[in-house]
Amino acid sequence: MTELQARAVVKAYGPTPALRGVTLDVAEGEIIAVTGPSGCGKSTLLHCLAGILRPDAGEITWRGQRIDTWSEAARSRLRRTEFGVLFQFGQLVAELTAAENVALPLLLAGTGRREARTAALTWLERLGVAEVADARPGEMSGGQQQRCATARALVTEPRVIFADEPTGALDTLAGEQVLTRLVRLAREQGTAVVLVTHEPRIAAYADREVVLRDGAVDHTGLGLDASLAGGPR
Amino acid sequence: MAGVSTPHVLLGLLATGTKHGYELKRAHDARLPRARPLAFGQVYATLGRLQRDGLVAAAGQEREGGPERTAYALTGDGRAALDRWLSEVEPPMPYVAGTLFAKVVVALLAADVDRARAWLIAQRRAHTERLRELTAVKTSPTAALDELVAVDFAIAHLDADLRWLHTTLDRVADWHREVHS
Ligand SMILES: Nc1ncnc2c1ncn2[C@@H]1O[C@H](COP(=O)(O)OP(=O)(O)OP(=O)(O)O)[C@@H](O)[C@H]1O
Ligand SMILES: [Mg+2]
Repeated sequence: MTELQARAVVKAYGPTPALRGVTLDVAEGEIIAVTGPSGCGKSTLLHCLAGILRPDAGEITWRGQRIDTWSEAARSRLRRTEFGVLFQFGQLVAELTAAENVALPLLLAGTGRREARTAALTWLERLGVAEVADARPGEMSGGQQQRCATARALVTEPRVIFADEPTGALDTLAGEQVLTRLVRLAREQGTAVVLVTHEPRIAAYADREVVLRDGAVDHTGLGLDASLAGGPR
Repeated sequence: MAGVSTPHVLLGLLATGTKHGYELKRAHDARLPRARPLAFGQVYATLGRLQRDGLVAAAGQEREGGPERTAYALTGDGRAALDRWLSEVEPPMPYVAGTLFAKVVVALLAADVDRARAWLIAQRRAHTERLRELTAVKTSPTAALDELVAVDFAIAHLDADLRWLHTTLDRVADWHREVHS
């Protein structure tokens, strides 16, 4: 069942068009890779889907409700409860420990301190980084930071995780440790993942791949491309 | 692509102890998971050649009511041959060869750009599917280390091929635009 949908979404930054009418469905629990060359609009699409950016035209719907017209406050409430985000550089709060960082979304949602800490420790454990619970980001490796950021994205048990090049700054093995756990845990919880990447090796973790080119869907599917098979563009 | 040197792999497996032919086959298939399973005939033929060359020797026979089974052991010369093989650096792609590459060249030569493109797209799809299949092994909580090492090897090569397929598809498109503009 479609949970999140972009319908004919258009977005420009001043005179620069970034999306020229993108339609995309994200089904419940689906892991979907958004790929394509640099500048094709992957991050912009992800931000529109997550309700961070407002499209210039088109619609974003969440479980059948149009959310792009909601107020910033309402969209941010939706992001706190139903969505999780994960970016290329973990973006952990430097002054907080790993456990405090992971507990943060729960505290913001009104969970009690003790309960939030317990949940944070559980998620750090699931991501295989329990040992850094009391370390601050500056004292962790890039891979550990990214696994903490993944724990933080998952701790609220969201319905959708938005991940923008989550392994872009990591070596192959550290990247794999983040992705295998993210994918495994998302599948266990039935959480959908929108995974932005330009690497085929990373896209292969997804159930389905959507390829953007110049702000539009170029082709979609498992291995691609009815649109290309017809000959040269 | 150069094939695996089965004689050296068998020597390596015998370095861990005397084995019968069928034990060698089983050890091979367990140690190189996802390799093409070794046929019994190939094991015995290879052992015959290794014995002729003095690299392995029969180490006793055993009769368990069934057919006679010979156990084989590594000889001193066999150990030396194995050591030589293990310290030899493999020539990194001494010839630029490979079926994928040859097919693109021949498609451009014998057919046309559209044919080459159609093939590139179909091959890319097949590669992507296989890549996804092997990647799924990694996210399984029960994947063993041998298996991960095997799957990594395949994934790295498929990934390299895929990058080349993407680039070549773009190049062929450019070439087509140049010719037809
Ligand atoms: N804040 C911004 N201001 C102006 N232009 C922007 C901004 N963000 C993105 N763009 C432009 O919008 C287009 C799409 O950008 P986007 O970041 O979505 O691409 P992308 O596919 O994520 O690229 P990359 O793979 O390099 O991250 C590009 O032409 C980019 O230059
Ligand atoms: Mg981007």
